[in-house]
Amino acid sequence: MSTLQSERTAVSALDVRGDFPIFARRFEGKPLVYLDSGATSQKPSAVIEAMDTHYREHNANVHRGVYALAQESDAAYEGARAKVAQFVGWEPSTTIFTKNVTEAINLVAYAWGRANVGPGDAVLTTQMEHHANIVPWQQLCRERNAELRYLEVDERGEISLEQLDRELARGDVKLVAFTHVSNVLGTILPVVEMTARVRAAGAVSLVDGAQAVPHMPVDAGSIGADFYAWTGHKALGPTGIGVLHGRAELLDEMEPFLTGGDMIASVSFEGATWNELPYKFEAGTPPIAEAVGLGAAVDYLDALGMERVRTHERELTAYMLNRLGEVPGLNFVGPPEAERRGGLVSFTIEGMHAHDIAELANRGGVCIRAGHHCAQPLMRRLGVSATARASVGVYNEPGDVDALIDALLEGRRVFGL
Amino acid sequence: MDDLYRDYILDHYKRPRNFGELEPHDMEGLEHNPLCGDELGVHIRVKDGKIEDLRFHGHGCAISQASASIASEELVGMPIEQVGELDADWAIELLGIPVSATRRKCALLGLKVVKGAVTGDNSWPVSATG
Repeated sequence: MSTLQSERTAVSALDVRGDFPIFARRFEGKPLVYLDSGATSQKPSAVIEAMDTHYREHNANVHRGVYALAQESDAAYEGARAKVAQFVGWEPSTTIFTKNVTEAINLVAYAWGRANVGPGDAVLTTQMEHHANIVPWQQLCRERNAELRYLEVDERGEISLEQLDRELARGDVKLVAFTHVSNVLGTILPVVEMTARVRAAGAVSLVDGAQAVPHMPVDAGSIGADFYAWTGHKALGPTGIGVLHGRAELLDEMEPFLTGGDMIASVSFEGATWNELPYKFEAGTPPIAEAVGLGAAVDYLDALGMERVRTHERELTAYMLNRLGEVPGLNFVGPPEAERRGGLVSFTIEGMHAHDIAELANRGGVCIRAGHHCAQPLMRRLGVSATARASVGVYNEPGDVDALIDALLEGRRVFGL
Repeated sequence: MDDLYRDYILDHYKRPRNFGELEPHDMEGLEHNPLCGDELGVHIRVKDGKIEDLRFHGHGCAISQASASIASEELVGMPIEQVGELDADWAIELLGIPVSATRRKCALLGLKVVKGAVTGDNSWPVSATG
């Protein structure tokens, strides 16, 4: 057996591609090589069918109907909440469905931030955040005359706990917001150590788990975050649904984010009182079928086993890092060890712009992303204008990485490199 | 022969014409393509109502760089008032390759920065397909 073959077989197989109908697609005769799960995941039949069944058999609005159909819809929606909460070790009553992670972070920035961050206070985040975990804090700090500070990213794509300690010792930090896994660098942050330090300093932590929950076992409860946010569509679920887990003591004290129907206890012409948790933060008709779909997605992931998912993706990422080394002029960002990374690798190739890399990869049926990945400040910190990014999911196999490498080598040939 | 990355496109990408700074200059512009992180600036020197000389600077993909380079050869010597009348078809035809909807912005970035510098109107083209 050749070295390459033995490396391929070293990647533990999940063998689930048949569960994802989109892989029946062909592009100019070529099979779909999907390496953009960091942007959104593909969906298993179980998710698509659960949503289809909900609309065909159980559709009604939730929380208000007395008839049997409405009770079924209610049970489906709340059943999904219970599954989703359990999946990451959290209580259903403090698990709030939002539109996406962006809305979840905005919810905290408005409802907690505006009541607790004032002039002279600081919010701390990191240089590796997605815009969704920067811009809401910029807006909050501008409005409240507070300061927004950033933990630096070093050459390896890591942050320093010593710098976190120094920042917290200044005594003005009210909230620290950081990603669990970087969507550009791939870095897995030491979230347990970070939340413990933040808690000890009397500040509140928010963790963006968008790139973590779909790819590794996550116990948000034992991580110790005050707020933990993630999104359905990156976790084999539908678009239009995100999740915010919050600590009950904080959520109880917070005013609502959006107001209107469903989130009230009573309304008079003079005012209103708020519904109990989590409904206080779910104004209007919620994404019911999407919740059902996300419930089916976490069932699917649970059945696979998140330890197995992580092992598969770590081994696949190690294989990818290794094979990317065969492409002359290729440089990747972030930690060199797959153990320190989620399942994604961002890279540049000397003499080729990221957009051209992605365009040429597409010729081989390979889907990768190019651009700034909604992290412009980080790109400036890294000194690049754009990178190409390949990211894996449960359905990827070593052959997908091989197709990527072939496409990159062919792309270099087209460019005369 | 590749449909998109033809030899002359790659030649303009690797050895862009009229690239660099131009001091002194009479007009300047700078545009970002926020989707790809590309940045393209232009310096223009005007004499007798015509573009006497022009230099692009910045970085971007092969399509945006080649498009600016090819256009620069047409723009030098062109009457200033003619620049306002140049449209997307002019830039795409000059480029001479099939441009997909997603790469159209790349292909038009050079003309966009020149129009901004000359007319002060940064809104062209109104949409990616416009």
